[in-house]
Amino acid sequence: MAVITPREISRRLPSPVVDADETFDVVGKGNTLATVTEKISDAVLRDRLRPGWVIFLGFALLLLATLGVAFGGILVMGVGLWGINNSVGWGFDIINFVWWIGIGHAGTLISAILLLVHQNWRTSINRFAEAMTIFAVFCAGLFVLSHVGRHQYAYWLFPLPNSMGMWPQFRSPLEWDVFAVSTYATVSILFWYVGLIPDLATLRDRAVRPYVKRFYGIASLGWRGSNQHWHRYMAVYLILAGISTPLVLSVHSTISFDFAFSQVPGWHATVFPPYFVAGALVGGFAMVLILAIPLREMFNLKDLITMRHLENCAKILVCTTIFVSYGYAMEAWTAYYSGSIDERFMAWNRAFGQYGWSYWSLLFCNAVVPQLLWFRKIRTNLVWLYFISVVLSIGMWLERWVIIVVSLTRTMLPSTWHGYTPTGWDWAQYIGTFGLFLTCFLLFCRILPVIAMAEMRELVHHEMHHGAHDHGHDSAEPNGGFSGSDPSVAPAHA
Amino acid sequence: MAQHVEKSSPDIEFPIGFGINNRGADLRAAEIDRAQRKHSVWGITAEFDETDPLLNAARAARKAGYTRMDAYTPMPVEGLSDAIGYRNKQMPALMFCGGLLGCSLGYFIQWYSLGYGYALNHGGRPYHSWPNFIVITFECTILFTALTGVFGMLILNGLPTLYHPMFNLEGFERHSQDRFFLTIEARDKNFDFEKTLAFMRTMGALRVEVVEK
Repeated sequence: MAVITPREISRRLPSPVVDADETFDVVGKGNTLATVTEKISDAVLRDRLRPGWVIFLGFALLLLATLGVAFGGILVMGVGLWGINNSVGWGFDIINFVWWIGIGHAGTLISAILLLVHQNWRTSINRFAEAMTIFAVFCAGLFVLSHVGRHQYAYWLFPLPNSMGMWPQFRSPLEWDVFAVSTYATVSILFWYVGLIPDLATLRDRAVRPYVKRFYGIASLGWRGSNQHWHRYMAVYLILAGISTPLVLSVHSTISFDFAFSQVPGWHATVFPPYFVAGALVGGFAMVLILAIPLREMFNLKDLITMRHLENCAKILVCTTIFVSYGYAMEAWTAYYSGSIDERFMAWNRAFGQYGWSYWSLLFCNAVVPQLLWFRKIRTNLVWLYFISVVLSIGMWLERWVIIVVSLTRTMLPSTWHGYTPTGWDWAQYIGTFGLFLTCFLLFCRILPVIAMAEMRELVHHEMHHGAHDHGHDSAEPNGGFSGSDPSVAPAHA
Repeated sequence: MAQHVEKSSPDIEFPIGFGINNRGADLRAAEIDRAQRKHSVWGITAEFDETDPLLNAARAARKAGYTRMDAYTPMPVEGLSDAIGYRNKQMPALMFCGGLLGCSLGYFIQWYSLGYGYALNHGGRPYHSWPNFIVITFECTILFTALTGVFGMLILNGLPTLYHPMFNLEGFERHSQDRFFLTIEARDKNFDFEKTLAFMRTMGALRVEVVEK
């Protein structure tokens, strides 16, 4: 019997769908300062409303209306509408909170960490990834806001002077979370807006209609690209990137403390902070791909968001899914090695208990499926890439389900054991947040430049002057790894 | 009445371009012209389509003794501050102070409230349980650093300023797209309209223009 080698598997895989106009460069050939500016700003200023966009927006607004009903219902009638009960006090609210905020983390990673390590391919995806971060944090915030129960007292979370002379409980990880998430939201918005200012000025200068010009004129604060302005701007931008890096790591670590500081079997684990951060990045990069693939088609940005970007995101997914797989292994190992009967039972219950299906699906989605991305033919096939990203998003949701709900249904005291079934309100709010996210994102695509133009100009200028030297080692890996040497896949210049 | 107005009209000094004061001698017109220009010129600008000539021009202008100048570019240009002779290290220092303030404020509020203002025994921890205060102190540090950075940058840059003389220049729209401008401002002590104009014309710019106030 023939031995099946990775090369053999790779050969048998379907051929990738790479169009003739696709490129593996960071920027398509022949772009200049003027062409990148034109391409990106025309998507905002010159494009007509596309029917596809309008239909999609209508769909998003419908979902948003669902959110209105679901959130309104919670505000008026309280969290009793949800499926939570005395034993399982955290259900969809916290699952979705963690899921959404994790999605946001990829945006910060792209905009801050990749900037610091000089990965200049990030330039064409950072703007919409940061937008994704902000909208995802909005969605996450809604869940936290609704789960506090007595919403009129939500301000108690903040150290505001009050007539009761009370202070928040600063020793609790839940309070740390309040600070972490609100700081994260604020810093993300600031970082995003600072990046937008020069681009808003470009839109002001290219706008034709007076009211459009006025709108962008006010939004750009009168930016005139002065050297003194750029000087301070660059200093601030770099430091913001520098402080966002530990911030993003701290936010998801703090979220993991919400669990790890408690003694619930399945939560009380030291591996949680890095494991949560890696999980956040898996969910986030999957969402980046889910958004980027249609975006570049819709706005004709294939030579700015190139196959190179998609492939790099896929590689990051391979790496981060290995981290989370390690996390799954460690959770099981720690349960065994702890010798604690409760921890061991938790591990058994996850795999073979009432919700065992979710554990095995999670392993399949997050540990098995992403291994397909080792193959270049699959990484560069947009259909496969999209499909895998969706599977990973579902997998990451299931991970939070397994950690939160499955652990709570079977804690240390058998008399408290209770099942959990989400109600229609739970589902409505979850589906509704997609409406909020999509509405914000679709409006963003029409009103603001989806790619950072000033940074693109810098990149194009650099490519025009130094590109010839860099290309040699920048993109000379196409035939590495397990991929075959199919000439139709390999970029011509390699 | 009509006659009276006609007689008095030559005594009124109309601004240049009004089309009336061309009756006087050429000399007088030139004088007025210079006087007017002194008040209405904000600077002289040269337009480039590449960074290298811009950098060379900035270096040359600096060598010629000009200090009040600025460049307007579609993206940050490496080495431009050095070429112009612009030094500024305010931002990192300012952000550091902001961070320090946030750090102390964050720690103080926890230390004060849980130690004195609303002292509670949480699971037998000491009132000054510093390990519990680390996360919030850290988050406050980041928050204040970012806030001082962004708002400090805007304020020091004088933004928002919706009006600026450079916007009077025809074709300045391209400063945010693909053109680079170098402007020597009229308030420079070496600024002399004719000489500076002549100097700027030697830079190999696409065009040299006068920027009106």
